[in-house]
Amino acid sequence: MRTFTNIILLILVIALIAVPMFLVKGEFSGADELASRVIEKQDPNYKPWFSPVWEPPSGEIESFLFALQAALGAGFVGFYLGYLKGKKEGKNVNGTVGLSKSAKEN
Amino acid sequence: MLKTNFRLLFLLIFLLIPTPVLAMHIMEGFLPVKWVIFWDLVTLPFLVIGFIRLQKEANRGPGAKLMLAFAGAFIFVLSALKMPSVTGSCSHPTGTGLAAILFGPFITTVLGFIVLIFQALLLAHGGITTLGANTFSMAVAGPLVAYGVYKGLQKAGFNNNVSIFLAAMLGDLSTYMITSGQLALAFPGSSLFLSALKFMGIFALTQIPLAISEGILTVLTYNFLSRYEDAKIWVEKGEH
Repeated sequence: MRTFTNIILLILVIALIAVPMFLVKGEFSGADELASRVIEKQDPNYKPWFSPVWEPPSGEIESFLFALQAALGAGFVGFYLGYLKGKKEGKNVNGTVGLSKSAKEN
Repeated sequence: MLKTNFRLLFLLIFLLIPTPVLAMHIMEGFLPVKWVIFWDLVTLPFLVIGFIRLQKEANRGPGAKLMLAFAGAFIFVLSALKMPSVTGSCSHPTGTGLAAILFGPFITTVLGFIVLIFQALLLAHGGITTLGANTFSMAVAGPLVAYGVYKGLQKAGFNNNVSIFLAAMLGDLSTYMITSGQLALAFPGSSLFLSALKFMGIFALTQIPLAISEGILTVLTYNFLSRYEDAKIWVEKGEH
Protein backbone atom coordinates (compact mmCIF):
# COMPACT_ATOMS: atom_id res chain seq x y z
CA MET A 1 0.00 0.00 0.00
CA ARG A 2 2.79 2.39 0.89
CA THR A 3 4.65 1.53 -2.30
CA PHE A 4 1.41 2.11 -4.19
CA THR A 5 1.02 5.57 -2.63
CA ASN A 6 4.63 6.41 -3.48
CA ILE A 7 4.11 5.43 -7.12
CA ILE A 8 0.98 7.61 -7.33
CA LEU A 9 2.95 10.52 -5.84
CA LEU A 10 5.78 10.06 -8.33
CA ILE A 11 3.33 9.97 -11.24
CA LEU A 12 1.84 13.21 -9.89
CA VAL A 13 5.29 14.86 -9.94
CA ILE A 14 5.87 13.73 -13.52
CA ALA A 15 2.43 15.06 -14.49
CA LEU A 16 3.20 18.42 -12.87
CA ILE A 17 6.27 18.68 -15.10
CA ALA A 18 4.82 17.18 -18.28
CA VAL A 19 1.47 18.96 -18.39
CA PRO A 20 2.85 22.51 -18.73
CA MET A 21 5.32 21.31 -21.36
CA PHE A 22 2.56 19.94 -23.59
CA LEU A 23 -0.32 22.28 -22.84
CA VAL A 24 1.39 25.65 -22.52
CA LYS A 25 2.90 27.40 -25.49
CA GLY A 26 5.97 29.14 -24.19
CA GLU A 27 9.67 29.57 -24.77
CA PHE A 28 10.45 27.95 -21.42
CA SER A 29 13.31 30.33 -20.85
CA GLY A 30 14.56 31.02 -17.35
CA ALA A 31 12.45 33.12 -15.02
CA ASP A 32 15.46 35.37 -14.34
CA GLU A 33 15.59 36.45 -18.00
CA LEU A 34 11.97 37.59 -17.79
CA ALA A 35 12.77 39.44 -14.58
CA SER A 36 15.59 41.41 -16.18
CA ARG A 37 13.12 42.55 -18.85
CA VAL A 38 10.77 43.84 -16.15
CA ILE A 39 13.67 45.65 -14.49
CA GLU A 40 14.40 47.38 -17.81
CA LYS A 41 10.80 48.57 -17.94
CA GLN A 42 10.67 49.66 -14.30
CA ASP A 43 13.89 51.62 -14.48
CA PRO A 44 15.13 52.10 -18.06
CA ASN A 45 18.20 54.00 -16.81
CA TYR A 46 19.48 51.18 -14.62
CA LYS A 47 22.72 49.65 -15.78
CA PRO A 48 24.02 46.50 -14.06
CA TRP A 49 27.14 47.75 -12.29
CA PHE A 50 28.98 44.45 -12.00
CA SER A 51 29.42 41.51 -14.38
CA PRO A 52 29.91 37.86 -13.58
CA VAL A 53 33.54 37.02 -12.77
CA TRP A 54 33.44 33.97 -15.05
CA GLU A 55 30.82 32.49 -17.34
CA PRO A 56 30.60 28.97 -18.76
CA PRO A 57 31.96 29.37 -22.33
CA SER A 58 28.95 27.68 -23.94
CA GLY A 59 25.53 26.20 -23.32
CA GLU A 60 27.09 22.76 -23.65
CA ILE A 61 29.56 23.43 -20.85
CA GLU A 62 26.71 24.71 -18.74
CA SER A 63 24.69 21.55 -19.46
CA PHE A 64 27.72 19.47 -18.57
CA LEU A 65 28.06 21.12 -15.19
CA PHE A 66 24.32 20.88 -14.70
CA ALA A 67 24.26 17.13 -15.44
CA LEU A 68 27.31 16.63 -13.23
CA GLN A 69 25.57 18.36 -10.38
CA ALA A 70 22.43 16.24 -10.71
CA ALA A 71 24.45 13.03 -11.05
CA LEU A 72 26.64 13.69 -8.02
CA GLY A 73 23.75 14.83 -5.87
CA ALA A 74 21.62 11.82 -6.78
CA GLY A 75 24.68 9.59 -6.48
CA PHE A 76 25.29 10.60 -2.90
CA VAL A 77 21.60 10.35 -1.98
CA GLY A 78 21.64 6.78 -3.37
CA PHE A 79 24.95 5.96 -1.68
CA TYR A 80 23.71 7.19 1.69
CA LEU A 81 20.38 5.37 1.56
CA GLY A 82 22.16 2.18 0.47
CA TYR A 83 24.70 2.63 3.28
CA LEU A 84 21.89 2.98 5.83
CA LYS A 85 20.08 -0.08 4.47
CA GLY A 86 23.26 -2.15 4.65
CA LYS A 87 24.06 -0.87 8.12
CA LYS A 88 20.60 -1.74 9.38
CA GLU A 89 20.70 -5.24 7.88
CA GLY A 90 24.25 -5.73 9.14
CA LYS A 91 23.11 -4.88 12.65
CA ASN A 92 20.38 -7.51 12.45
CA VAL A 93 22.94 -10.16 11.45
CA ASN A 94 25.37 -9.14 14.18
CA GLY A 95 22.49 -9.18 16.65
CA THR A 96 21.78 -12.82 15.82
CA VAL A 97 25.46 -13.76 16.01
CA GLY A 98 25.81 -12.02 19.37
CA LEU A 99 22.77 -13.85 20.68
CA SER A 100 23.96 -17.31 19.63
CA LYS A 101 27.38 -16.60 21.09
CA SER A 102 25.96 -15.69 24.47
CA ALA A 103 23.65 -18.66 24.22
CA LYS A 104 26.73 -20.89 23.77
CA GLU A 105 28.42 -19.35 26.77
CA ASN A 106 25.39 -20.08 28.85
CA MET B 1 40.40 8.39 11.26
CA LEU B 2 40.83 7.71 7.56
CA LYS B 3 37.15 6.95 7.34
CA THR B 4 36.22 10.21 8.99
CA ASN B 5 38.41 12.12 6.55
CA PHE B 6 36.80 10.33 3.66
CA ARG B 7 33.37 11.35 4.89
CA LEU B 8 34.45 14.93 5.40
CA LEU B 9 35.76 14.89 1.85
CA PHE B 10 32.37 13.70 0.64
CA LEU B 11 30.66 16.50 2.51
CA LEU B 12 33.06 19.01 1.04
CA ILE B 13 32.65 17.70 -2.50
CA PHE B 14 28.91 18.04 -2.28
CA LEU B 15 29.07 21.48 -0.84
CA LEU B 16 31.54 22.63 -3.45
CA ILE B 17 30.05 21.26 -6.67
CA PRO B 18 28.48 24.26 -8.33
CA THR B 19 24.84 24.55 -9.22
CA PRO B 20 24.54 25.93 -12.73
CA VAL B 21 20.85 26.50 -13.24
CA LEU B 22 19.23 28.60 -10.60
CA ALA B 23 16.80 30.67 -12.52
CA MET B 24 15.48 32.34 -9.42
CA HIS B 25 18.54 34.21 -8.29
CA ILE B 26 18.95 37.90 -8.70
CA MET B 27 21.52 38.39 -11.46
CA GLU B 28 24.99 39.80 -10.91
CA GLY B 29 24.98 43.59 -10.78
CA PHE B 30 21.18 43.81 -10.78
CA LEU B 31 20.81 45.22 -7.27
CA PRO B 32 21.73 48.84 -6.51
CA VAL B 33 24.60 49.25 -4.05
CA LYS B 34 22.49 50.35 -1.09
CA TRP B 35 20.38 47.18 -1.36
CA VAL B 36 23.49 45.05 -1.72
CA ILE B 37 24.74 46.40 1.60
CA PHE B 38 21.31 46.11 3.21
CA TRP B 39 20.84 42.41 2.36
CA ASP B 40 24.44 41.56 3.26
CA LEU B 41 23.88 43.01 6.73
CA VAL B 42 20.51 41.28 7.20
CA THR B 43 21.93 37.88 6.17
CA LEU B 44 25.19 38.03 8.13
CA PRO B 45 23.86 37.12 11.62
CA PHE B 46 22.03 34.07 10.23
CA LEU B 47 25.27 32.89 8.63
CA VAL B 48 27.32 33.34 11.80
CA ILE B 49 24.83 31.40 13.92
CA GLY B 50 24.59 28.81 11.14
CA PHE B 51 28.36 28.22 11.02
CA ILE B 52 28.53 27.75 14.79
CA ARG B 53 25.63 25.28 14.76
CA LEU B 54 26.97 23.41 11.71
CA GLN B 55 30.27 22.85 13.49
CA LYS B 56 28.50 21.58 16.61
CA GLU B 57 26.32 19.29 14.52
CA ALA B 58 29.27 17.88 12.54
CA ASN B 59 31.10 17.16 15.81
CA ARG B 60 28.32 14.84 16.89
CA GLY B 61 30.09 12.14 14.87
CA PRO B 62 30.53 10.70 11.39
CA GLY B 63 26.83 9.82 11.24
CA ALA B 64 25.98 13.49 11.60
CA LYS B 65 28.44 14.47 8.86
CA LEU B 66 26.93 11.96 6.46
CA MET B 67 23.43 13.15 7.26
CA LEU B 68 24.55 16.75 6.66
CA ALA B 69 26.04 15.76 3.31
CA PHE B 70 22.81 13.94 2.49
CA ALA B 71 20.74 17.07 3.18
CA GLY B 72 23.21 19.06 1.04
CA ALA B 73 23.07 16.50 -1.78
CA PHE B 74 19.28 16.72 -1.77
CA ILE B 75 19.56 20.48 -2.34
CA PHE B 76 21.91 19.75 -5.28
CA VAL B 77 19.55 17.33 -6.94
CA LEU B 78 16.44 19.46 -6.54
CA SER B 79 18.12 22.66 -7.65
CA ALA B 80 19.35 20.84 -10.75
CA LEU B 81 15.79 19.95 -11.76
CA LYS B 82 14.95 22.81 -14.05
CA MET B 83 11.31 22.29 -14.86
CA PRO B 84 8.85 23.82 -17.29
CA SER B 85 5.93 25.54 -15.64
CA VAL B 86 2.42 26.78 -16.40
CA THR B 87 3.68 30.28 -17.20
CA GLY B 88 5.73 29.02 -20.15
CA SER B 89 9.03 29.65 -18.44
CA CYS B 90 11.38 27.46 -16.43
CA SER B 91 12.47 27.41 -12.83
CA HIS B 92 13.55 24.85 -10.27
CA PRO B 93 12.83 23.82 -6.69
CA THR B 94 15.18 24.80 -3.86
CA GLY B 95 15.50 21.56 -1.90
CA THR B 96 16.12 23.47 1.32
CA GLY B 97 12.94 22.21 3.02
CA LEU B 98 14.40 18.81 3.91
CA ALA B 99 17.54 20.29 5.46
CA ALA B 100 15.43 22.81 7.40
CA ILE B 101 13.24 20.04 8.82
CA LEU B 102 16.23 17.83 9.74
CA PHE B 103 18.74 20.43 10.96
CA GLY B 104 16.80 23.65 11.45
CA PRO B 105 16.95 26.89 9.48
CA PHE B 106 20.41 28.14 10.51
CA ILE B 107 22.44 25.15 9.33
CA THR B 108 20.44 25.24 6.11
CA THR B 109 21.54 28.86 5.66
CA VAL B 110 25.17 27.72 5.50
CA LEU B 111 24.43 24.87 3.05
CA GLY B 112 22.57 27.25 0.74
CA PHE B 113 25.18 30.00 1.09
CA ILE B 114 28.08 27.80 -0.01
CA VAL B 115 26.11 26.61 -3.04
CA LEU B 116 25.30 30.21 -3.97
CA ILE B 117 28.96 31.35 -3.77
CA PHE B 118 30.10 28.72 -6.23
CA GLN B 119 27.22 29.36 -8.58
CA ALA B 120 28.14 33.00 -8.65
CA LEU B 121 31.84 32.32 -9.22
CA LEU B 122 31.74 29.40 -11.64
CA LEU B 123 28.42 29.56 -13.39
CA ALA B 124 27.49 33.20 -13.67
CA HIS B 125 24.22 32.46 -11.89
CA GLY B 126 23.20 34.78 -9.15
CA GLY B 127 26.22 36.90 -8.30
CA ILE B 128 28.76 38.08 -5.78
CA THR B 129 27.07 41.46 -5.44
CA THR B 130 23.65 39.83 -5.04
CA LEU B 131 24.91 37.04 -2.78
CA GLY B 132 23.46 38.51 0.42
CA ALA B 133 20.02 39.03 -1.11
CA ASN B 134 19.97 35.57 -2.72
CA THR B 135 21.17 33.89 0.46
CA PHE B 136 18.41 35.67 2.36
CA SER B 137 15.65 34.45 0.03
CA MET B 138 16.84 30.89 -0.58
CA ALA B 139 18.77 30.00 2.55
CA VAL B 140 17.25 32.19 5.29
CA ALA B 141 13.60 32.98 4.52
CA GLY B 142 12.69 29.71 2.77
CA PRO B 143 14.17 27.47 5.48
CA LEU B 144 12.67 29.64 8.27
CA VAL B 145 9.22 29.29 6.72
CA ALA B 146 9.66 25.54 6.14
CA TYR B 147 10.88 24.99 9.71
CA GLY B 148 8.14 27.17 11.23
CA VAL B 149 5.38 25.50 9.21
CA TYR B 150 6.68 22.02 10.08
CA LYS B 151 6.94 22.68 13.82
CA GLY B 152 3.60 24.51 13.88
CA LEU B 153 1.71 21.76 12.08
CA GLN B 154 3.33 19.06 14.21
CA LYS B 155 2.27 20.90 17.37
CA ALA B 156 -1.24 21.25 15.98
CA GLY B 157 -1.30 17.47 15.60
CA PHE B 158 -1.13 17.21 11.82
CA ASN B 159 0.03 14.03 10.12
CA ASN B 160 3.83 13.98 9.65
CA ASN B 161 3.60 13.62 5.85
CA VAL B 162 1.15 16.51 5.55
CA SER B 163 3.42 18.66 7.73
CA ILE B 164 6.50 17.87 5.61
CA PHE B 165 4.64 18.46 2.35
CA LEU B 166 3.30 21.86 3.37
CA ALA B 167 6.60 22.89 4.99
CA ALA B 168 8.68 22.14 1.89
CA MET B 169 6.08 23.58 -0.48
CA LEU B 170 5.58 26.84 1.41
CA GLY B 171 9.34 27.19 2.03
CA ASP B 172 9.95 26.88 -1.71
CA LEU B 173 7.19 29.34 -2.58
CA SER B 174 8.26 31.89 0.02
CA THR B 175 11.81 31.94 -1.41
CA TYR B 176 10.42 33.21 -4.70
CA MET B 177 8.02 35.63 -3.01
CA ILE B 178 10.98 37.14 -1.16
CA THR B 179 12.99 37.38 -4.40
CA SER B 180 10.06 39.24 -5.99
CA GLY B 181 9.84 41.55 -2.98
CA GLN B 182 13.58 42.24 -3.05
CA LEU B 183 13.43 43.22 -6.72
CA ALA B 184 10.31 45.34 -6.17
CA LEU B 185 12.03 47.24 -3.33
CA ALA B 186 15.02 47.95 -5.57
CA PHE B 187 12.92 48.76 -8.66
CA PRO B 188 9.60 50.15 -7.42
CA GLY B 189 8.86 52.18 -10.55
CA SER B 190 5.75 54.27 -9.93
CA SER B 191 4.24 51.85 -7.40
CA LEU B 192 5.95 49.40 -5.09
CA PHE B 193 2.81 47.26 -4.97
CA LEU B 194 2.41 46.99 -8.75
CA SER B 195 6.11 46.30 -9.12
CA ALA B 196 5.91 43.48 -6.56
CA LEU B 197 2.95 42.02 -8.43
CA LYS B 198 4.92 42.08 -11.69
CA PHE B 199 7.87 40.22 -10.23
CA MET B 200 5.62 37.77 -8.42
CA GLY B 201 3.84 37.15 -11.72
CA ILE B 202 7.18 35.90 -13.02
CA PHE B 203 8.73 34.14 -10.05
CA ALA B 204 5.91 33.06 -7.73
CA LEU B 205 3.41 32.00 -10.38
CA THR B 206 6.00 29.93 -12.24
CA GLN B 207 6.92 28.36 -8.94
CA ILE B 208 3.51 27.03 -7.83
CA PRO B 209 3.62 23.64 -9.62
CA LEU B 210 7.33 23.32 -8.80
CA ALA B 211 6.65 24.00 -5.13
CA ILE B 212 4.07 21.20 -5.13
CA SER B 213 6.64 18.89 -6.75
CA GLU B 214 9.20 19.84 -4.11
CA GLY B 215 6.68 19.09 -1.35
CA ILE B 216 5.98 15.62 -2.76
CA LEU B 217 9.67 14.80 -3.39
CA THR B 218 10.59 15.90 0.14
CA VAL B 219 7.91 13.64 1.65
CA LEU B 220 9.08 10.68 -0.47
CA THR B 221 12.74 11.22 0.47
CA TYR B 222 12.01 11.70 4.17
CA ASN B 223 9.95 8.50 4.25
CA PHE B 224 12.60 6.55 2.39
CA LEU B 225 15.19 7.81 4.85
CA SER B 226 12.95 6.88 7.79
CA ARG B 227 12.91 3.25 6.72
CA TYR B 228 16.56 2.89 7.69
CA GLU B 229 17.39 5.75 10.00
CA ASP B 230 15.31 7.35 12.70
CA ALA B 231 14.96 10.75 11.07
CA LYS B 232 12.94 11.94 14.05
CA ILE B 233 16.13 11.79 16.13
CA TRP B 234 17.70 14.41 13.87
CA VAL B 235 14.60 16.52 13.87
CA GLU B 236 14.18 16.52 17.61
CA LYS B 237 17.70 16.25 19.00
CA GLY B 238 19.30 18.75 16.67
CA GLU B 239 20.09 22.00 18.43
CA HIS B 240 18.03 24.22 16.22
